[in-house]
Amino acid sequence: MTALANFVTQLPILSAVTFLPLVGALFILMIRGDDATVARQARYVALWTTLFTFALSLLIWVRFEPATAAFQFEERFDWLPQYRISYHMGVDGISMLFVILSTFLTPLCILASWEAIEKQVREFMIAFLVLETMMVGMFCAMDFVLFYVFFEGVLIPMFLIIGVWGGGRRVYSAFKFFLYTLTGSVLLLVALLAMYFQVGTTDIPELMNFKFSREMQTWLWLGMFASFAVKVPMWPVHTWLPDAHVDAPTAGSVILAGVLLKMGGYGFLRFSLPMLPEASAYFAPLVFTLSIIAVIYTSLVALVQSDMKKMIAYSSVAHMGFVTIGVFAATQQAVEGAIFQMLSHGVVSGALFLCVGVIYDRLHTREIDRYGGLANNMPKYAFVFMVFMLASVGLPGTAGFVGEFLILTGTFQVNTWVALLAATGVILGAAYMLYLYRRVVFGELTKADVKEMLDLEPREIAILAPIVAVVMWMGVYPMSFLDIMGESVANLLKQYHGALATRAADLEPLGSSFIAWLR
Amino acid sequence: MSGLDTLAPAYPEIFMSISALVLLMLGVFRSKDSTVLLTWLTVAVMAGAAFLAVTGIDEARTFHNLFVTNAFTIFAKVMMLVGAGLTLLLISDWAVGEKVARFELPIIVLFAVIGMMLMISANDLISLYVGLELQSLSLYVLAAFHRDNIRATEAGVKYFVLGALASGLLLYGSSLVYGYAGTTTFESIATAIENGPNTTGIIVGIVFVISGLAFKVSAVPFHMWTPDVYEGAPTPITAFFSIAPKIAGLCLFMRVLAGPFEPLIEQWQQVIILISILSMIWGSVAAIAQKNVKRLMAYSSIGHVGYALIGLVVGNEEGARGLLFYLLIYLVMNVGTFAVILSMRVKGKYLEDISDLSGLAKTRPGMAMALAILMFSMAGIPPMAGFLGKFYIFVAAVNAGFYSLAIVGLLASVIGAYYYLRLIKIMYFDAPGAAFDAPSLTTGIIMAGSSVLMIVLFVVPAPLVNGAQAAARALFLG
Repeated sequence: MTALANFVTQLPILSAVTFLPLVGALFILMIRGDDATVARQARYVALWTTLFTFALSLLIWVRFEPATAAFQFEERFDWLPQYRISYHMGVDGISMLFVILSTFLTPLCILASWEAIEKQVREFMIAFLVLETMMVGMFCAMDFVLFYVFFEGVLIPMFLIIGVWGGGRRVYSAFKFFLYTLTGSVLLLVALLAMYFQVGTTDIPELMNFKFSREMQTWLWLGMFASFAVKVPMWPVHTWLPDAHVDAPTAGSVILAGVLLKMGGYGFLRFSLPMLPEASAYFAPLVFTLSIIAVIYTSLVALVQSDMKKMIAYSSVAHMGFVTIGVFAATQQAVEGAIFQMLSHGVVSGALFLCVGVIYDRLHTREIDRYGGLANNMPKYAFVFMVFMLASVGLPGTAGFVGEFLILTGTFQVNTWVALLAATGVILGAAYMLYLYRRVVFGELTKADVKEMLDLEPREIAILAPIVAVVMWMGVYPMSFLDIMGESVANLLKQYHGALATRAADLEPLGSSFIAWLR
Repeated sequence: MSGLDTLAPAYPEIFMSISALVLLMLGVFRSKDSTVLLTWLTVAVMAGAAFLAVTGIDEARTFHNLFVTNAFTIFAKVMMLVGAGLTLLLISDWAVGEKVARFELPIIVLFAVIGMMLMISANDLISLYVGLELQSLSLYVLAAFHRDNIRATEAGVKYFVLGALASGLLLYGSSLVYGYAGTTTFESIATAIENGPNTTGIIVGIVFVISGLAFKVSAVPFHMWTPDVYEGAPTPITAFFSIAPKIAGLCLFMRVLAGPFEPLIEQWQQVIILISILSMIWGSVAAIAQKNVKRLMAYSSIGHVGYALIGLVVGNEEGARGLLFYLLIYLVMNVGTFAVILSMRVKGKYLEDISDLSGLAKTRPGMAMALAILMFSMAGIPPMAGFLGKFYIFVAAVNAGFYSLAIVGLLASVIGAYYYLRLIKIMYFDAPGAAFDAPSLTTGIIMAGSSVLMIVLFVVPAPLVNGAQAAARALFLG
């Protein structure tokens, strides 16, 4: 028993969590037999691998030390010694929860694809496991090049998942997704190379301590912004998201909304804010403007959608607008709120897509008008859907409330107008979500095929029940999450405001002279 | 050094020349068709030459300074021999039961390779030209090898006429350089440029030399022959075209520009920047509309040459290392891709249309996965080695301050990603067509090996990069 305990404590746990899914993928590759056997076994191997990965990742949480802002569980090996680029892994309070989010959602996605994916099951499961490796690796990477590798690597399995197992205009959407993101990413790569050229290393902690010149920061910030803004996605580069969501299979949408969108917000927090503080302060008005447009405009767009997935996709853009406002407001509450909002949105929007998947599997349409009156024949479903709908609206007691509240409180101290305009998004959010819910769940049960739909089966309950529990937990006792990130966020902001204070005299945010002229 | 010792630096080349003559005799006097046997023997000769190169003298000059060998030339030669050897393995597979194949084929390839080895080792404009012509002449013959096929003949003639023009340009440039520098030896040219008051004539000469060499590596705007030749030549020969001559040409390019013309770096840099940008962009854009997979590969290699030329533009040790490492990755990617193209065969009939690949993921999942990995690598998406190849090139460029070049290159790589993705789309997203025949053992191994190498080289690039580093250092010492 002590031997086991020793093994567990000495295990390079971040690498283990990152690459365990790949081991599962190898096993799936080796399965032999006829199609039905392969499909069944591939499903089970994938499920057990992701469950085990999740269990292992909980170990990170258990052993995580929240009282420090330092990076923990660090691992380092030489990779490209000529360039002092190493395989460097580590997590802090900001990234750790995203690792858990990724490992939590993946097994649920595997379960959600249990029957929905019928063709090429083996390949689907492999793609999904590779995707998990890339996601987890990205949040653990402590070297900019390594981060970039995982950041880009995500594109490959996602491209295949949308293109092979998607519906509708799957090829168009897969290409749009890939090329939009890649274009942003290569500009990030230029920024990365330029930073390397200045500092001589791509180690993230070292980059954080380096002071770039003002002009350099501006260019670097724009390079990073090109990549992260596409990923978040911010208005006006969000157009790939509705397409990708609509055409991806359910599990793909869940991961897309749940984890991939968070990569942009995480990027802003990990790179833009600490490494380029002056440029971040300079461009903050730009981010606020784009985010407010995103919040209001995409909420209005969501209101008129007739396709459920498209509606939730637009609501994602709006919710992520809150996140970017919170990040660049740069107060303790706002940033904690932004991280919390990312986590809660990851869980809630993932769950909403799963809910759409449940009825899509029965009727094979996502048209809102084709449904109605589900409360009569699917009461369990109606209940679960309601929980997530209210969480998305931001009802107190659910996960959605905490994040939005913290962001608005934190932003209010920085800029009243931004907070006020963003708050209208909450109202619009309530409008479109309730409108959706009314049309799908309430009303007369008149349509013949809708009448025949059966309520949730045990597998679906097993998928949705844990998420309901998490959503309530996050809403009722958010401290178990906020405690973890608190110290890291405080340290980040101390650095950020410290850097600004030394050179604040001549720093005027973008457009401030325009505002002065207006007055 | 006296007597036979003076030959020592050139042992690999001499060994290959003698072997080539012996093999020719063997082919003529054997009554049966001996293409396959000779192909394997040629591979053995190349392996022997590579061994001689590695174990031979590290640093020497001979033949009155016409010929040089150092760590750089050895690295380049071995890389080229590996590329040529692997394509010969593909040829040996293809030659079985193929009427077009004749025993001269491997021997002409061998002569072309000898020419390339001489090019790489040339230390004088004259020996450079001799090596280049030996190579080109053999390549003209190879391009038209399908001699009853009208397209192949056209390709051969086109290649010959344009190639002769390029050789003429090169020769004319060399004569201008000679006229103004008074010498043809690399070191003396460098000294003449440094001491001479008037370098205008030499600059004009350099432009002509660059044009000639750009033709040989098929860089835009001297690329017109490439798609036609790639399409017209038998597929394994196309594989050879896309690998060995490109490696030899780029290494020669590097040696000439970083050697005798190094003092004029600011002048030739502008030219190479233009060529590089044009190649990257045109290689990506023109590939989008292609329907024939070999033409697609032609534009792909034009694009890759553009990236490799960035390493040349930088013009320092870091750039040379990036270039060599890029070529190594390029070699593996191309060998693997052509192994797949050679397996595009239904009931013994070779197919060349991109659309023939449709649904490959369902009919031959292993082959589709190998090609997908290679395509992602060509597009430079991590975690494939192609990303590292581009990474080393772009780091060198940014370190030397060529930001705009790096940005243009990266954006071109996004356009390039589109057509590589299109292949993947056809294999994975489209409905399956006729299933291909099972690939032969050698082809299968090359296919699988190169795609696995793409990931292995990504994880542990250090040994190869160290080799490239040592070679690059030797280039800038000498």
